[in-house]
Amino acid sequence: MGNTVLKAESLAVGYGKKIVVDGLEIEVRPGEVLTIIGPNGAGKTTILKSISAQLPAISGSITVGSSDLADMSLRDISKTMAVCFTGRTDLERMTCEDVVSSGRYPYTGRLGLLSEEDKRIVRQAMELTGISALCDTDVNCISDGQRQTVMLARAVAQQPRVLILDEPSSFLDINNKLRLLSLLRELAKSRSIAVVQTLHELDLAQRFSDKILCVKDNKAQRIGAPEEIFCGDYISRLYGISYGTFLPGFGVAEAQKPEGQPQVFVIGGGGSGISTYRRLQRQGIPFAAGVLHENDVEYPVAKSLAAVLITEKAFEPISEESMARAREIMKKCSEVICCIEVFGSMNKGNRKLLEEYNISHLEQKKEPEIL
Amino acid sequence: MQKNRAIRWTVCFAALIILSAVFFLLEIAGGTTDISFSDVLRALTDGSDTAAHTIVAEIRLPRAIAAALLGGALSVSGFLLQTFFANPIAGPYVLGISSGAKLTVALAMMITMQHNILLSSAEMIGSAFFGSLLSMAAILLLSGKVKNMSQLIIAGVMIGYICSSVTELAVTFADDANIVNLHNWSMGSFSGISMDNIPVITVTVLLAASASFFLSKPMGAFQLGESYAQNLGVDIRRLKLAMILISSVLSACVTAFAGPVSFVGVAVPHLIKNLFGTARPLIVIPASFIGGAVFCLACDLVARTLFAPVELSISTITAVFGAPVVVAAMLSRRTQKRGA
Repeated sequence: MGNTVLKAESLAVGYGKKIVVDGLEIEVRPGEVLTIIGPNGAGKTTILKSISAQLPAISGSITVGSSDLADMSLRDISKTMAVCFTGRTDLERMTCEDVVSSGRYPYTGRLGLLSEEDKRIVRQAMELTGISALCDTDVNCISDGQRQTVMLARAVAQQPRVLILDEPSSFLDINNKLRLLSLLRELAKSRSIAVVQTLHELDLAQRFSDKILCVKDNKAQRIGAPEEIFCGDYISRLYGISYGTFLPGFGVAEAQKPEGQPQVFVIGGGGSGISTYRRLQRQGIPFAAGVLHENDVEYPVAKSLAAVLITEKAFEPISEESMARAREIMKKCSEVICCIEVFGSMNKGNRKLLEEYNISHLEQKKEPEIL
Repeated sequence: MQKNRAIRWTVCFAALIILSAVFFLLEIAGGTTDISFSDVLRALTDGSDTAAHTIVAEIRLPRAIAAALLGGALSVSGFLLQTFFANPIAGPYVLGISSGAKLTVALAMMITMQHNILLSSAEMIGSAFFGSLLSMAAILLLSGKVKNMSQLIIAGVMIGYICSSVTELAVTFADDANIVNLHNWSMGSFSGISMDNIPVITVTVLLAASASFFLSKPMGAFQLGESYAQNLGVDIRRLKLAMILISSVLSACVTAFAGPVSFVGVAVPHLIKNLFGTARPLIVIPASFIGGAVFCLACDLVARTLFAPVELSISTITAVFGAPVVVAAMLSRRTQKRGA
């Protein structure tokens, strides 16, 4: 739907002659959300600065609508693109409404007086972002989340076709992050605004983007839908993750697995084992887990945390072969933890393993009990 | 609230205008020779050569006009610098810009006096402007290195000290005849201003002040931060240059005629922002101009009349009233930050 509103072709951005990111090919359509991800210092903000005309491009072209960014006047640019930065500026004696009103700057006359129409647009922007109640409040007296929303309302009042945000969700609590990003999506859709943002939260990038651009080592590495980016070990390689394991399906990371011979055997499944795996990881105890089906919800967690993982093919009952392997490992473990409360036909094998263990364990324990 | 604000602003403007008129009249009427208001009017209207007429038309009237215009100039200059540096305690005096102007004016005066030439008003402003720009250049160089607002102020104060000591040095070796003149002037006083200076002062100050008024839109955007201003279509380089030049012209004009006048540039805009409850340049620039006029008229009145016939330097009084406001401005900023 709709034509490309922002397009960058073989774009190189940076400071002076020093190229920070090269080989950028970007295409954003109205209503789309493009998120730029990549390790610290990869040049995400530099890209934003260039496409918002704050920094001249080193080579390549940026097209906004049908015109080349380099040929546009400051005023035309300000009517098509609005920015939102995280960096806190000290605003002296300004109400939230004052801040939002500043978005009307490109539309007002010599002295910047607001017309009735401007005032209506400001009110509307505040309503749309849900900050009408803050109208007369000093911007220094509101929370970070509210402040970020005020800056967003300001950008909305600017009536842009492209909205550029640098880490809009930083410093916000989880609910405010969700609220802000949902709001951005809504705005993009309802007003046909193309949104370009950087995010550090990969889980949110995965959930709130139409397209993701990955930047690393002075290069634009990949651009695509979240499902194309969050697959295999790509994210892990992008960030060079070495202090844990990234689970692309969830968009989150697990901490480093404890190394060594498994001391504990965990029987889990269906998500029941996750908290135990994480507890053992925290305590630095290497453990074995099994028998897990390869399509089990906790399989990725177990795989990244367990020293040994015994698996079974998806939708198949646990085979004798897997059981035999589990028994062998279990013998070497000093403890077995069972997280399963109800067994079914698919994990009958696990019940059997547990029963066998209990019997042998009770026999061993009899003597000390008499004593 | 929109309406309340408009009412508040109207009332405040009206009050400032009334106050400036009152102090203007008091400034003319008050002094070692008490002249009643009716005598003042009579002295001004009929051109007779009475003593009252001489005192009023040739001494007190130019002095009052100068105090009003130069007070306004200082305040607007201060507000421009505060916006430029995003620092509420910046001002021409604390940043050493007045002292830079003082130095070049003193040097120019001494050199020309040796050749028995008197500097014209415009030449005085020119040499002061040159000195302002020198100090400003030093401050700008340093401001790139310091990120912290107190460091900037300390740097400015140091520049001020350097300029002042060089001025003192020059004055020490000046001819005896020049010293009295220079000394008075370098302490800051509106007393040396004659009617001949008034046209140049009026034109320069009013032009520069109205130019700054027409910068209020981009300045308002600039208050949000450079990136936002740029995104809103402000030509940052041009705006910055304009703010520097205008504030330098304004403070140069003050220093050329009244010497360095302390703290007005910081205190008045701070008081105005509090009074009007906004930092919007469209309001603060004209309000600071009138406020500065009121402040300087009142301070000059005190300087002249407190220990009459002994006259105090204007900076003595502006410092007494202004310095506490500067401290208050600094503290209010800190609590604001902590609260946010």
